[in-house]
Amino acid sequence: MITFTVNGNKMSTDAPSDTPLLWVIRDEFGLKGTKFGCGIAMCGACTVHFNGSPVRSCSLPISVFDGGEIRTIEGLESKHPLQKAWVEYQVPQCGYCQSGQIMQAAALLATNPNPSDEEIVNHMTGNLCRCMSYKRIKDAIKQVSSANAGIVEIYDPKRESILEQSDQQEVV
Amino acid sequence: MTRLNKSEKVEQSRRQFLIGTVGTGLVMAFAPVLTSCSSGSASLALVEKRFNPTVWFEINQTGSILVNVSRAEMGQHVGTALARIVADELGADWDKVTIKHVDTDPKWGYMVTGGSWSVWQSYLPMSQAGAAGRTALIEAGAKLLNVEVTSCKTQNSQVVSGDKSISFAEIVSLGNIDRTFTPEELAQFSPKNPQARQLISKPSNALDIPAKSTGTAKYGIDVEIEGMVYARPLIPPTRYGSEVLKVNDNNATHIKGYLGYEVLQDPSDILQGWVSVLADTYYGAIRAAQAIEVEYKAGKTANVSEQDLISEGEKLVADKTSGGRFVDHGDIDKTAAEAQKSIDSTYRTASALHFALEPVNAAVEFKDGICHVHTGNQWQSLFLPVVAKSVGLTEDKIIIHQYYLGGGFGRRLAGDYMVPAALTAKAIGKPVKLVFTREDDSRFDCIRSPSVQHFTAYWDGESALQGIEHAAAAGWPTLTMAPGFMPDSLDKKTKVDPFSISGADHWYSLNNHRVRAINNSLAQKTFVPGWLRAVGPGWIGWGVESFMDEIAHAQNIDPVDLRMQLLDAKGKNAGKAPEAVGGATRLAHVLQETKMKSGWGKTLPKNEGLGVAIAAGQERTMPTWSACVAHVRVDPETGEVKVLKLTSVIDCGTVVHPDGALAQTEGAMLWGLSLALHEGTAIKDGQVADTNLNSYMPLRMADVPELDISFVVNTEDPTGLGEPGLISVAPAIGNAIFNAVGARMRDLPITPEALKALI
Repeated sequence: MITFTVNGNKMSTDAPSDTPLLWVIRDEFGLKGTKFGCGIAMCGACTVHFNGSPVRSCSLPISVFDGGEIRTIEGLESKHPLQKAWVEYQVPQCGYCQSGQIMQAAALLATNPNPSDEEIVNHMTGNLCRCMSYKRIKDAIKQVSSANAGIVEIYDPKRESILEQSDQQEVV
Repeated sequence: MTRLNKSEKVEQSRRQFLIGTVGTGLVMAFAPVLTSCSSGSASLALVEKRFNPTVWFEINQTGSILVNVSRAEMGQHVGTALARIVADELGADWDKVTIKHVDTDPKWGYMVTGGSWSVWQSYLPMSQAGAAGRTALIEAGAKLLNVEVTSCKTQNSQVVSGDKSISFAEIVSLGNIDRTFTPEELAQFSPKNPQARQLISKPSNALDIPAKSTGTAKYGIDVEIEGMVYARPLIPPTRYGSEVLKVNDNNATHIKGYLGYEVLQDPSDILQGWVSVLADTYYGAIRAAQAIEVEYKAGKTANVSEQDLISEGEKLVADKTSGGRFVDHGDIDKTAAEAQKSIDSTYRTASALHFALEPVNAAVEFKDGICHVHTGNQWQSLFLPVVAKSVGLTEDKIIIHQYYLGGGFGRRLAGDYMVPAALTAKAIGKPVKLVFTREDDSRFDCIRSPSVQHFTAYWDGESALQGIEHAAAAGWPTLTMAPGFMPDSLDKKTKVDPFSISGADHWYSLNNHRVRAINNSLAQKTFVPGWLRAVGPGWIGWGVESFMDEIAHAQNIDPVDLRMQLLDAKGKNAGKAPEAVGGATRLAHVLQETKMKSGWGKTLPKNEGLGVAIAAGQERTMPTWSACVAHVRVDPETGEVKVLKLTSVIDCGTVVHPDGALAQTEGAMLWGLSLALHEGTAIKDGQVADTNLNSYMPLRMADVPELDISFVVNTEDPTGLGEPGLISVAPAIGNAIFNAVGARMRDLPITPEALKALI
């Protein structure tokens, strides 16, 4: 039995310990927002946060997560400023990679609220968008980061960094 | 493609439009003329669902408008574009509009989403449907307001007459509407005057985007069915002719949740030598599939290599008796015999994968004699009969339930991935979700065939260009998947796949022009060739527009000037209404605009260059006029190419959903760049060599250049946009490389090694 926190809820699973987290969160816990793309940690569609850091859930076995805190796209509760920017900039096309893109970007802004263009590209270039919506992904991240101007954040994995200062409306 | 296009138009032209109160709502739908004549009542026909709605819509008592769309949503926001055409004519409040993508049902008519056709084909019928709806609402509203019909208009979901008004919601609640518009009455409606438009060409958000930003959008892979088990297929060594000799699952039996395997017998012959592996979790199925040993008898193509395919193509283009004529203008034989000068070149493209990010998958359940297939698909009507044959049911016993597509790009025009899911579910008597791993998906992809093109240009004694001879050989998607759509060649020697030659019939005026379309039969035997974004023009344009640059340099004339001279819009290139008003003048216009915007002719640093190319969309019967200038920098030491900027001006007529159009074009142009520099695989031992991102490397964010994209503003009929932006990018890059360092690239993808070797 492996136990961890998913989006603030304590969850456990009897799946074999080498099972990648992806299949447990999707098929056992029903959190379908996290996607299966390549299975070798090279597309980023399966990105979730593990103790605040972005990880590829398709390739990390659940044993790694024992006792840890996991956040999936559902854990952003449709309230993250990036999600609002994703709509404002009309980022998604097919949309399949976008949960992973948003989770990857959210992890960047949580530790670096005002990234440079180069920092955005370096952080995001491991996430494949097959529709090639890259320009809009970058523009949307920049918009959120410019709204963060002046904020100096100290990284604290226990704090729900961006969400706590959110005052935005529901996206849907 | 042309035939498909026309058949759909014919079908639409014979339809009438029904508007009737059904229950507590108002339903509007197209119907075959015969069906509803027999009843006399539109409402009755609608209640009995005797309609044939490519799109139909419903208004309820709260005024909510539901537009049902039969087109697949794969990132092009097609539902938004189609709904806005209807809603604009209706005079609807856009905030009250929602969209539903419907399941297959024979009544819905032919279901295909591809070829960048959706908006082009739907514009007129959807406009007319909206106008008919408006008319019926005005008639009912005028009666309730006690005013003359002629005094009324609709706006913001209200019927308005002077200072009186009544909402659509109230009309639906109070009125009892029963109205039939004959095909003749429908034809009377012409689309709104562009100045009066409220929604078309105006900024708007796509309705599918919020769900795709919150992780709640449901794709085929997200489907769950009560009691289902998971399956992973084992892909045999060859596409055709493989046989399963022996299966040993001793090493799988200890895997948790392993449920066994099925050797699939497929009466449709789509699957030859397939095994599916079952488990109660997908990871269990992956593990078990790795542990199972299958002994195969491979088919005849088990040793075919990419080089074999290219060599076959080279042999075919050199043989002047091969293939069938697709263009035959003037007398190219005489031109060749009398030419004082000629140049010739061979252009090639490598095998390319679709690599839609959602690996293909399907969930299937047999229930009450019906086979329910849950999946995302672009051409339900093509593979529904195949699934029926595979599982031994009649077509009316198959329903394909539609979901969002995690990428289409033409991969999901083929619904072959439904077959193993259906056969497995049938074999075990339980619902099955069968998911391909990424590697399985790549090995089962209907790839863009490797291609070879040969060109010869001829000049007379006065150094005037007299003609071009062109031959193109590749595997043909339509030959395997939909041979009924192939017309005869001009010389009646063979059928031709128009999807594998379109673009060779370009809009340049030449005195003498011959094009031969040739099927590479070795490719056809080795894999299923697929329609990949931009399809034929996507690789044919590489040759046509690179060679046009070679001609310009041979004549010592600016490549833009040469193109402008040849785009004289004379004869067959004058264009015609409705789809090609203006003909080649519109192509010349976008070329001129792109030239100015790109700073063509400016002095650049050493090893940098600009290159130009043009394209006219997917086919002459639906031209989207575009030009592209690429600005590149070449590192002569390594052969690395950096694309600094892509400038493009596009004329697609009326831009129905402007931001959607821009998004599609951004994506299409970056696809063009990706196929030019980053993507390519090879057939090795009968299958694709690169099956995942460790060696197949599409464009990433770090590779994105500056994009300067603009659309010509006019009110011509809208043409397609999902693909055309792709076509001119690769040749523009190749031509820019030539201008930067003098190396003529003739193979896609352009690799640093190949470029370095030429510098």
